[in-house]
Amino acid sequence: MYTPHTKADIEAMLEAIGIGSLDELLRVPDELKLRAPLDVVPALPEYQLRRRIEQIAKRDSGVDYVSFLGGGAYRHYAPSAISALAMRGEFLTAYTPYQAEVSQGYLQAIYEWQTYICLLTGMDLADASVYDGATALAESAIMAMNATGRQRFLVSRAVHPNYRAVLKTYCDGLDVAIDEAPLTDDGTTDLRVLAEMLRETQYAGVALQSPNFFGNIDTLDGEALESVHKNGAVPIGVVAEALALAALATPASWGAQIVAGEAQSFGVPIAYGGPYVGFIATTNEHMRRIPGRLVGKTVDSAGRTAYVLTLQAREQHIRRERATSNICTNQAHCALIATIYLALMGKTGLRDVAALNLERSRELATAVANAGVRLRFSAPFFNELVVDVGRPAGEVLAALRERGILGGLDLGRWYPEYSTCILMAATELTTSGEIAKLAAALQEVTRVGAGV
Amino acid sequence: MSAPASDRTASPLIFELGQEGRATQYVEHGKPLRSFMPEGVLRDDLPLPDNTELDVVRHYTRLSQRTFGIDVGFYPLGSCTMKHNPKVNDALAGVREFAELHPFTPDDLSQGALQVMYELERSFCSLFGMAAFSLNPAAGAQAELAALLIAKKYFRERGETQRDKVIVPDTAHGTNPASAAMCGFKVISLKSDARGRVDPAEIRTVVGPDTAVCMMTNPNTLGLFEERIHEIADAVHEAGGLMYYDGANANALMGNTRPGDMGFDLMHLNTHKTFTIPHGGGGAGHGPLGVAGHLVEYLPTPYVVREGDRFRLDFDRPKSIGPVRSFWSNFAHVVRALAYLYANGAEGLTKVSQYAVLNANYMRVKVAEFLETPYPEICRHEFVASAQQLKKETGVRALDIAKALLDRGYMAPTIYFPLIVPECLMIEPTETESKETLDGFVAALRDIIETAKTNPQELLDAPVTTVVGRVDETRAARQPDLRWRPPR
Repeated sequence: MYTPHTKADIEAMLEAIGIGSLDELLRVPDELKLRAPLDVVPALPEYQLRRRIEQIAKRDSGVDYVSFLGGGAYRHYAPSAISALAMRGEFLTAYTPYQAEVSQGYLQAIYEWQTYICLLTGMDLADASVYDGATALAESAIMAMNATGRQRFLVSRAVHPNYRAVLKTYCDGLDVAIDEAPLTDDGTTDLRVLAEMLRETQYAGVALQSPNFFGNIDTLDGEALESVHKNGAVPIGVVAEALALAALATPASWGAQIVAGEAQSFGVPIAYGGPYVGFIATTNEHMRRIPGRLVGKTVDSAGRTAYVLTLQAREQHIRRERATSNICTNQAHCALIATIYLALMGKTGLRDVAALNLERSRELATAVANAGVRLRFSAPFFNELVVDVGRPAGEVLAALRERGILGGLDLGRWYPEYSTCILMAATELTTSGEIAKLAAALQEVTRVGAGV
Repeated sequence: MSAPASDRTASPLIFELGQEGRATQYVEHGKPLRSFMPEGVLRDDLPLPDNTELDVVRHYTRLSQRTFGIDVGFYPLGSCTMKHNPKVNDALAGVREFAELHPFTPDDLSQGALQVMYELERSFCSLFGMAAFSLNPAAGAQAELAALLIAKKYFRERGETQRDKVIVPDTAHGTNPASAAMCGFKVISLKSDARGRVDPAEIRTVVGPDTAVCMMTNPNTLGLFEERIHEIADAVHEAGGLMYYDGANANALMGNTRPGDMGFDLMHLNTHKTFTIPHGGGGAGHGPLGVAGHLVEYLPTPYVVREGDRFRLDFDRPKSIGPVRSFWSNFAHVVRALAYLYANGAEGLTKVSQYAVLNANYMRVKVAEFLETPYPEICRHEFVASAQQLKKETGVRALDIAKALLDRGYMAPTIYFPLIVPECLMIEPTETESKETLDGFVAALRDIIETAKTNPQELLDAPVTTVVGRVDETRAARQPDLRWRPPR
């Protein structure tokens, strides 16, 4: 209980109200009274509740396994200064900054976040965040529909399967159809087929992810971009591993007009899936279609620099059913964490982390190849790669698990044709020792004739 | 960084600070990128500032000092339930086994996390009278969207595709009609009666074979209990529609009465309101979605199921609307919410809503001594006051009162909402505030109303003690400046 009410307080307050008891205050019609006791976890003093939940946490936890899991959630180093700053109560316990005069600090931090996302993606503006990468894509698709008035959307099969599934959930609500562009045999979007599809059908938007779900660089080339333009579709770049933005050519440079991404990699705890932080960045042309909060720079009554929530006429609390989106709560605190991460790392640190990811993932590629496991694709990749273990991936992953290793993702879960393939990630936190351990284990469990 | 800035000096942007090469080093230097990748796929430049850790720490510490949170002072923001956010919740969300657990960790190595989700879900079901909850939605608005997608699918499968109307009272939160529009529904706005309630007779005039869902909150946003909710639910159900409970105001009834018993088929909670999740300056939130038995199969995937003493994420649910987010939940918030349940238990939670209602009514009678309260009757967790009369007499508006409260060290209430009350101030004190705090706020508000009558200009000029004065919102919207740009 965190309530301050003494018996005397309660009596004095009831008397002021002119009512006899708390029960009377909360009186409901008979049919709404509780009929049975509530079945809720028991009340515990703080030291015991802490013990209880810490015990639950330890139950069958894979947290100490050597891990090569990626696929849209990445283990990166977060400097200690992040939590020291982000967990300050002023930030943590603030609401949406409706009262600008007492929220200048947070508003400025969000303005900085919007700027960081613009600098990283090459776009003109970015919103104050959306829920995550998947919903960023879904909301971007809605932007494209509003921009074109079209009800059909094209997405590459190399876009994160969870993102595509969420896109479908959202599109079902709006009766929007989705077509999927196929893959080449090298784990990238088949741009020739994509161009054909664009010649035949009018699309609201077309989405590619780079690096794609397999870790491969996967962007529109000049010809494909031209067919997108001829079609009139809005090109959308999807980013599931934001760290790649520090190294790779920006989505703007290959033609994206909207960038839908996930910034968990920037210091946000991996935390079993959330909260993370999605972002949408776009060109000035689409400014008034962007969903979510926007912070703008303005002046106060004395002409001093000030920040404020702006362009609110797009939003649900003003426009109700005519809003660009229903989003109200966003992921401001995760955006703050990412902003502080970027401020701490700086250009130099971010480039270093990107380079280390490239280095470790190539070390991983070499080690597994030397262990006799085939790399499935040869396209340039960022920090994830696909190996073909030549037998059901699930069996190999189970055998690795027995050796204390989470070897990666079974691609057969989403791509039946890759049921013998594993998606593996290596980051700056992956050590040479871990890579050697994985390679040795892989060699053992994939040996011809080895029972797994 | 230059000399310490006084409170009122503008804070430079992080981009205006630092020098290339100055960043504190957290990882070893990497090799040039082009040694790993073909030049053509790399970016040319990365125009981010390099700052030392000390400079970054001072910069964001200063920004925090220019931000008002519950930890700073009283935050009576109506409909937002800004109660104390217990620190133990944050500590538990941060334990390594949770904070470092990858979402693709196999179920048999995520048993602790899954148990936390399961325990929270079961407790919510009992507390609110629902058959099941999905912990997936990231916020209340997303739960509304998911619920309406469920309704759409449910009616489609029953061959009732003509059900394309969603009924929303005029006191509803803006997310309700916006969510309905995102599912292709048409919105019917329902006028509240003179008592600020939805009249069941009025409902009967709008329901019919085209009714899909009626979205309501109870108590409503005026803080008033819809005591005829059963009749409303009956009318909607008889017409074949579904009832949706917007749980933004659940702090008013938790442990005392249950939406499930009122006849609601679907509902959401805002754990960042009712269950003490820190709102973090606008999120992340968390919006669990509850459903009655006939809608369980439609919940978003994945759903946590228990088999003996083991738990797993169930993705194979053929009738589901599908996933609504990248991964399974805002899990750190699930941990926080469960910690809060353990801190209170059923009895404690019942007390929570009682004290929330006590505090609101106490403030309501005190405020009524000097400000118009358009619904002078017992309220629940919040109440509305109106500055309409004051504006006529003095020219001072709700907005001016809000700004004057900032000068007196308080967060302002929600203003101009609900839309049906002119010059509205919507005040929600929450149960964690003491009588002394409430008395202090009431005294400040009284002082403001008296000042309105003697020196209205002082209020029109407010705030003057904050780091900036009244902000020019019109200019922000007319000349949008949404980012810093590097000097050419």
